[in-house]
Amino acid sequence: MTLDRRRLADHTAGWGFAAPAVILIGVFGLVPVMWSFVLSFQHTDLTSPGTFAGGDNYAKLVADPLFWDAARRTLVYVVLFVPITLVFALPIAVMLNQKIRGVVFYRLAVSVPLVTSTVATGIMFSWLANPQFGLVNAALDAVGLPKQGFFSDPGQALFAVVAMTVWGWLGFAVIIYLAALQNVPKDLIEASALDGCGRARSFWHVELPLVAPATGFLLVWLTINGLQLFDAVYVTTKGGPLRATTVLVYHLYNEAFVSFDGGYAAAIGCAVFLIIGVFTLAQLRFNRRTSHYEVR
Amino acid sequence: MRRPSALHLILFPLSVVMVTPLAWMLLVSVSTQAESRRFPPGLPSGIEWENYLAAMRDAPLGSWLVNSFVVSVVCVAGNLLLCSLAGYAFARIPFFGNKVAFVLMLATLMVPFQIVMLPLLIMMRSLGLIDTLGALIAPNLATAFGVFLMRQFFTTLPRELEEAARIDGASRLRTLLQVLLPLMRPTLATLAVLTFLQTWNDFLWPLIAVQSPEVMTVQLGLQSFQGAHTTNWPKLMAGTVLSQLPVLLVFFFAQRFFVRSVAAAGIK
Repeated sequence: MTLDRRRLADHTAGWGFAAPAVILIGVFGLVPVMWSFVLSFQHTDLTSPGTFAGGDNYAKLVADPLFWDAARRTLVYVVLFVPITLVFALPIAVMLNQKIRGVVFYRLAVSVPLVTSTVATGIMFSWLANPQFGLVNAALDAVGLPKQGFFSDPGQALFAVVAMTVWGWLGFAVIIYLAALQNVPKDLIEASALDGCGRARSFWHVELPLVAPATGFLLVWLTINGLQLFDAVYVTTKGGPLRATTVLVYHLYNEAFVSFDGGYAAAIGCAVFLIIGVFTLAQLRFNRRTSHYEVR
Repeated sequence: MRRPSALHLILFPLSVVMVTPLAWMLLVSVSTQAESRRFPPGLPSGIEWENYLAAMRDAPLGSWLVNSFVVSVVCVAGNLLLCSLAGYAFARIPFFGNKVAFVLMLATLMVPFQIVMLPLLIMMRSLGLIDTLGALIAPNLATAFGVFLMRQFFTTLPRELEEAARIDGASRLRTLLQVLLPLMRPTLATLAVLTFLQTWNDFLWPLIAVQSPEVMTVQLGLQSFQGAHTTNWPKLMAGTVLSQLPVLLVFFFAQRFFVRSVAAAGIK
């Protein structure tokens, strides 16, 4: 009897505490996922009630050359953005992990873009990469190279977006690597030194395998974020010039809020979700196979 | 005497590259219009504070900053309160359906926002919240990440702490407020910083949920400001500096702590 009363008290107290957050997250986080799936089978402009469309939106998606162009650009973007960020981040983290003078200043400098909003970043880079008077062109000019168009050149805009977002995310990747490096047990490195390992060899054979989980996490995380690229494009190029930076989510935005084809936009959203899901699962599996050690 | 490390030869130029965009934003914000458009660019001859006044005067920058502030502060408060309560419940109270609810909540973390935003827009419209600050607040009042963070924290605490209070007859809520709250401070601070940063810098959701200039957040307002006129760069940069001031202040004063939060949370 007392036991039952106590359990009943637990149920009411538990739900009393959890309900506000659970209901908010359920209503605004979980319900929309299923709803989006329903929307993708409707013709709707998102303002008036939709009508059933069957598989029309998915048929349109398969046949839409703009979708495949956007998918290709997104792939190009991710394939550049993720490895470049990682390749820069690890050596920087290793250097910032040394006990040298002024390391605090360097860490600050590398991580300050973290808090800078994408809008602010976009405005700064629009000026820095301005074809007429930007600082980057001044640097090119100083070494005798011709001025470039960057964001206004269809052949360069996507790469300019890559450069800008690498600047924005580098600090994040460095922080993750730093945390991982600081978790590498010192005695392991000392042991490898006693065994006659040089600095380079001990890095290659001891530290690098031990930060593999961090690499795995960053690979997944940066890919997920790269596949969802939107803000950086919106504030610099609006998908242009000549659609050169219209990536998947930008295409989705165009369809939903310029063409008012909400059903088709939802179908693109479901496709992006699927791509992200497949990528994430594949990488997680790959990570599990390649990381032999557990840090901590 | 220790020789200065050769690493400075790499790290110093690297730091310059990382800081240059921000430093130049500051420089342009105090340049004249002509100085901001000359080639090659150089240092401004004087300091044009006028740009900041112009940014405040010609654009509703003041109300955009207030809007961002209201949204961020309300979301921080909501997350601190609701995520603590829910996190505690999931960590400590064996209630009906707790496992299912927790797993479903975590699942929402894996969903990209683009798939949520279209139905969210329809919901906000039927709630009458579209084009109000309410539309920006409601979906961010409690986050799955926040509940997860708080739950993880509570599971690391020794149970004895609460049990002593419970035996003394304190209710769960009182135990939480009087015994556990002091211990929760660092975790709450992490949650507050991350929530503030995320809501302050958010762009896509305000872009589609809000249209009227007087309801815009500062990120959205700046963007519209950039598009609307032939760009007055000094004024735009002055506005951008003002929009980043709050987060930069948080960053500089809580740097160590901040870095730890980001590493723990994995967000930007």
